[in-house]
Amino acid sequence: MYPDYMNESLKKVAQTRNKRFELAKSGKPVFPPMSAEEREEVLNKFHPDYKPDAISEIRIGPNKGEKLTTEVADMLESRSRIRPELFDLTHPEYETDILIIGGGGAGCVAAIIAMKNGVKSTISTKLRIGDANSMMSQGGMQAAVRAQDSPARHYLDAIGGGHFDNKPELVRTLTEDAPETVKWLEDLGVVWDKLEDGSLQLLHGGGTSRKRMHSCRDYTGAIIMRTLMDEVKNHPDKITVFEFMPIVELILDNKGQCAGGILYNLETEEYFTVKARATIIATGGYGRLHIRGFDTTNHYGATGDGLVIAYRAGAKLLFMDSVQYHPTGAIFPEQIGGFLITEKIRGAGGQPLNKHGEIFVFPQEPRDVETSAIIRECLERNNGIETPSGRLGVWLDSPLIEMLQGKGYINKQFPAMHRQFIRYGIDITEEPMLVYPSLHYQNGGIEINEKGETNIPGLYVAGEASGGVHGRNRLMGNSVLDYNVFGRRAGKYSAEYVKTVELGPLSLEHVANYENELKNAKIKTDLITPVLLPSYTPEVVRKRQLTAHYEGTIR
Amino acid sequence: MPTKKEAKKKPVKTPEAKSVKKAQDKEMVTVFIMGKAYKVPAEATIMGAIEYAGYQIKRGAGCREGFCGACATVYRVPNDYKIYTVLACTTLVQEGMWLSQLPAIPTQKPVYDINKLEPNVATFQKIYPEVFRCVACNTCTKACPQDLEVMDYIQAVLRGDIEKVMDLSFDCLCCGMCAIRCPAEIVQHNVGMLAKRLYGKYLSRESIQLKKRIQEVKEHKYDKEYKELMKMGKEELKKKYYERDLE
Ligand SMILES: Cc1cc2nc3c(=O)[nH]c(=O)nc-3n(C[C@H](O)[C@H](O)[C@H](O)COP(=O)(O)OP(=O)(O)OC[C@H]3O[C@@H](n4cnc5c(N)ncnc54)[C@H](O)[C@@H]3O)c2cc1C
Ligand code: FES
Repeated sequence: MYPDYMNESLKKVAQTRNKRFELAKSGKPVFPPMSAEEREEVLNKFHPDYKPDAISEIRIGPNKGEKLTTEVADMLESRSRIRPELFDLTHPEYETDILIIGGGGAGCVAAIIAMKNGVKSTISTKLRIGDANSMMSQGGMQAAVRAQDSPARHYLDAIGGGHFDNKPELVRTLTEDAPETVKWLEDLGVVWDKLEDGSLQLLHGGGTSRKRMHSCRDYTGAIIMRTLMDEVKNHPDKITVFEFMPIVELILDNKGQCAGGILYNLETEEYFTVKARATIIATGGYGRLHIRGFDTTNHYGATGDGLVIAYRAGAKLLFMDSVQYHPTGAIFPEQIGGFLITEKIRGAGGQPLNKHGEIFVFPQEPRDVETSAIIRECLERNNGIETPSGRLGVWLDSPLIEMLQGKGYINKQFPAMHRQFIRYGIDITEEPMLVYPSLHYQNGGIEINEKGETNIPGLYVAGEASGGVHGRNRLMGNSVLDYNVFGRRAGKYSAEYVKTVELGPLSLEHVANYENELKNAKIKTDLITPVLLPSYTPEVVRKRQLTAHYEGTIR
Repeated sequence: MPTKKEAKKKPVKTPEAKSVKKAQDKEMVTVFIMGKAYKVPAEATIMGAIEYAGYQIKRGAGCREGFCGACATVYRVPNDYKIYTVLACTTLVQEGMWLSQLPAIPTQKPVYDINKLEPNVATFQKIYPEVFRCVACNTCTKACPQDLEVMDYIQAVLRGDIEKVMDLSFDCLCCGMCAIRCPAEIVQHNVGMLAKRLYGKYLSRESIQLKKRIQEVKEHKYDKEYKELMKMGKEELKKKYYERDLE
């Protein structure tokens, strides 16, 4: 339930609704889209990435001298969890053809494809398999399948959304493999939303010039992820899964080829050596670093681990100066602060409104632009709605959707969202939601090519951990597509690679060298990474946690 | 360790992140986490309360938003005989709540080759024969934190109505609450999963346009257009992008 003081503003939203409905129904733009100049201006002034302290120079490693997101630079300028000299690499506890780090979408896809190519793999994952951002996507996956759409048009949308920085060959791969990916998932048993005649039900997302969003109600990620997990679990002889066993460092061989990783049992706090002929990083994003103090939409284990282990091993990062904030995270009720309100809500006709009930931005701007416009509305124009704890947000008018799409549409298409709010006495078929941008996606990552290869032989990356596909801004629906397309490619090409590679003796020298680099650059830090899990222990408790010597996982 | 530093480095309250005016005096309640009493904010979720008390969760948290089912929790409250089965990440605490998270739920997951199955009742008879022990007691439905009609979909399996099973189990999070409460020892969520895969693969109508598009890509129909786009400089591309028509 909304507090009484919001009633006045809620009333205005209801009052303007009919007029907004008429305009929306007419098919004309509900608000003028921004020109290139307008976009630039609002980004410069209001996007969190453009604040002077948002980026800092990294002083060591492959990207030395470049400016990266400050929290990322801090995370990279950190120490290893292990002391390399304590490991006997001549007797690895586990050996596998392909070590896949991360049991989310990209990891499971890669394992399935590697298996189809006759190669066994081992998935190491931090929490349970499927405890991943991939489980959470609601909106959908892009693929140009309709006659009035084309893969090349999808390419143009994606590269424009990414501010033309994306690596062209990666965008081509992404968009050209897309239709095939829809089919591949359906053959595994994914239940796509369809129309009566069997054609796919498609919606808009931010920055799409044609409707091409494929969905599974608003449990898209959950349906795809669980299908993939089920398939992985159907092949225990070909795919081994280690849960609650993250990888904390990569292993190289004496020729600089990637040769596996160091596995850590979160519960017993033991370390194990995994020797692998190829390694795929599929560790996803970094929302739980809470960049600039933002709430996040991400899962519990999204701490950017892949970035730091790859960086220590010499892999190059790309576009790590840009962070994606989702324009519409929940800001009220507090308990669901940061939770994602899928872009599909706007795709279906939901509109962002200020406290006067006025629409102030075209609902389908690319995410960074939409985000900046919402921040501007709250901070500069003072048109935000204040929550009881003093935060600001704007309305996202969902009842309008029912007027446009018909009664019952929300319950059918957005059951998760409806559930999320009804628990707190807010019925989104009758009242709007209160939203504010939330930390959502790691735009950049470890640089890859079309095969998912990095600059380190034998090291592949797929999914959110990779960089280049989305430039500096990803469009909705391109990331679920990304982890499928590049998960498949990493699985395929690594499976080819393992058939010929010859590994030399294993080494953790790069970890020791990195430590030296830190010392030489006179960097003092007590940060130890990968971060693994965020801590939400309150300050008062922390002050009493006075164990003098503790070597465990988190504290 | 990582978080030691992070703890000191409290999240920067930059103005664009949030504008917290003042910390409010919080109303508190007492909850019993696995039997131990803690005072926690009255408006906290169970997950928030566990963390507020000082626990570092390892098992029992995944998405934290009601999608993954990692946070299955059982509780009772004073003067009420009922046992409640909920998700810790989306359920609020109550005064006197006695709660315990379930770190993992044992289930059986038979191995099958989806390519060799037929979408009919015989498949379920073979893979999940225990489904036919369902006594229609409705305990599973009562246990479901998503309020799904679990028993109804199990009954639909018996009738071979796979579409219904798919539909009713669509929003299932596989938290496993139904499975541990079921007197017939059925693993409902896995049964639902099999039904969804069978439906998606065998029963959902084929999209003709999808088939056509895949063929076009195979025949390199878009090569030329791609090559042109990929050759373009930033300015030219920009122009083309801003001029494109929107549907
Ligand atoms: C709430 C939400 C909604 C979204 N909606 C959409 C959408 O509608 N459309 C869209 O296209 N995209 C969407 N996205 C983005 C998209 O879902 C993700 O970017 C994508 O699923 C990432 O897949 P991934 O496989 O790369 O990473 P993940 O699925 O996050 O998997 C990474 C896995 O690696 C594990 N891991 C991490 N560190 C380690 C380690 N050190 N060792 C071992 N394992 C480790 C993690 O625990 C996790 O299981 C959404 C994201 C979120 C959070
Ligand atoms: S943590 Fe995922 S459902 Fe609660």
